[in-house]
Amino acid sequence: MSELRAWLAAAGAVCAKDLRAEFRTRYALSAIGLFAITTLTVISFALGPFGLEQDLLAALLWVVLFFAAMAGLARVFVREEEAGTAPALRLAAPPGAVYLGKYLFNLALLLMLEVLIVPLFVVMMGLQVGSLGLFALVLLLGNLGLAGATTIIAAMVSQASARGALFTVLSFPLLLPLLISAIEGTRSTLAQSAAAGIWPSLQVLGAYAVAMVTVSLMLFPLVWTE
Amino acid sequence: MVRLQVQKVLKRYGRLRVFRDLEAEVRSGQVLVLAGRNGSGKSTLLRIIAGLARPTRGRVVFYQDDRALGNEERRRLIGLVALDVAIYGELTAWENLSFFARVRGLRLAPEEGARLLSDVGLGGRGDDLAQTYSSGMRQRLKYACGLLHRPPFLLLDEPGAGLDEAGRTMVERLIAQQRERGLVVLATNEPREVAYGDIVLHLEERP
Repeated sequence: MSELRAWLAAAGAVCAKDLRAEFRTRYALSAIGLFAITTLTVISFALGPFGLEQDLLAALLWVVLFFAAMAGLARVFVREEEAGTAPALRLAAPPGAVYLGKYLFNLALLLMLEVLIVPLFVVMMGLQVGSLGLFALVLLLGNLGLAGATTIIAAMVSQASARGALFTVLSFPLLLPLLISAIEGTRSTLAQSAAAGIWPSLQVLGAYAVAMVTVSLMLFPLVWTE
Repeated sequence: MVRLQVQKVLKRYGRLRVFRDLEAEVRSGQVLVLAGRNGSGKSTLLRIIAGLARPTRGRVVFYQDDRALGNEERRRLIGLVALDVAIYGELTAWENLSFFARVRGLRLAPEEGARLLSDVGLGGRGDDLAQTYSSGMRQRLKYACGLLHRPPFLLLDEPGAGLDEAGRTMVERLIAQQRERGLVVLATNEPREVAYGDIVLHLEERP
């Protein structure tokens, strides 16, 4: 039990360290936030007058969230490699605790992004949410899977030379099932749908998140080596 | 009682052979020096010993009371200080120490942290961001972080690099203290540091 407690404390320390460093430098937050706001503004001006259908808006929301995530979530491991701190972290912390800590950090970043961008999207694009609770649940489950996949991919690409392109290229096929379910789930929470047929989407999103985090925890010690 | 064996270690990068069939053994109270010219593979061998790089062939075995240690046990018992292994510039010295203690499952009391910083000549600077430190001060902070868990296996890469005379004296003192606690492996081509060694492994130039 004390082993587990020490492991969880190590994961918490990794997450707290990254949050502290992020609030002092704001690298990832700035990248994600600015990308999301710029994209949203462009979409709003370009497509706003056409009054897109609600179904399309649900897909557009996840496209914005996906590409905003691509803009900043890889930093979590890239920063360690670029700053030369990765070897010290490899020696000091249990590998699984590093993954969990980084996962929690990316999850926190995504939640901060959504607190900023989703209300703006709703207002600017005229998204009509029916069930706010289910809408938030779909976003939360989507975040759990999105953070799980992007964290392990970030670890994989952090030592490659073309990290940025590789991160997006590897992430897209892995995240495709999640994005499809998240878009379906979001559609079901809109006013016109009245939550009909949402449960399969929630089940897929939940299962995806659990499977992704579990597999990542198992694979991470193999990935987290030079 | 700890012991470390380097067993017929070979390292290649593609077709480039860095070294081959290296063998050495070092025990508690001893210092193993990896010496050789630039590019001879000293740092590479030290990273292999630390478990940060894989040998192409051969292996490094760590023993505690004649029991071979697994990778996870080994990780917990190693302290590494190297020029290319950085500390977190966005954190203060105290936050760095506290972070490395927590991920190692230790609780670092403030007075213990203050003592560690004082031991490496950073007393009173614990609340400054590490990125505001000079290279020598960062090197001193690395010693504090690398030694906070009292590792029986201490690995040092160019231990005096970036340090002034007082810093080099500090390194001498830390190596002497480490002899009481375990063993030291250091990679260097400084004659003064080679002289610390009980065993010197000369890495030759590639043919």
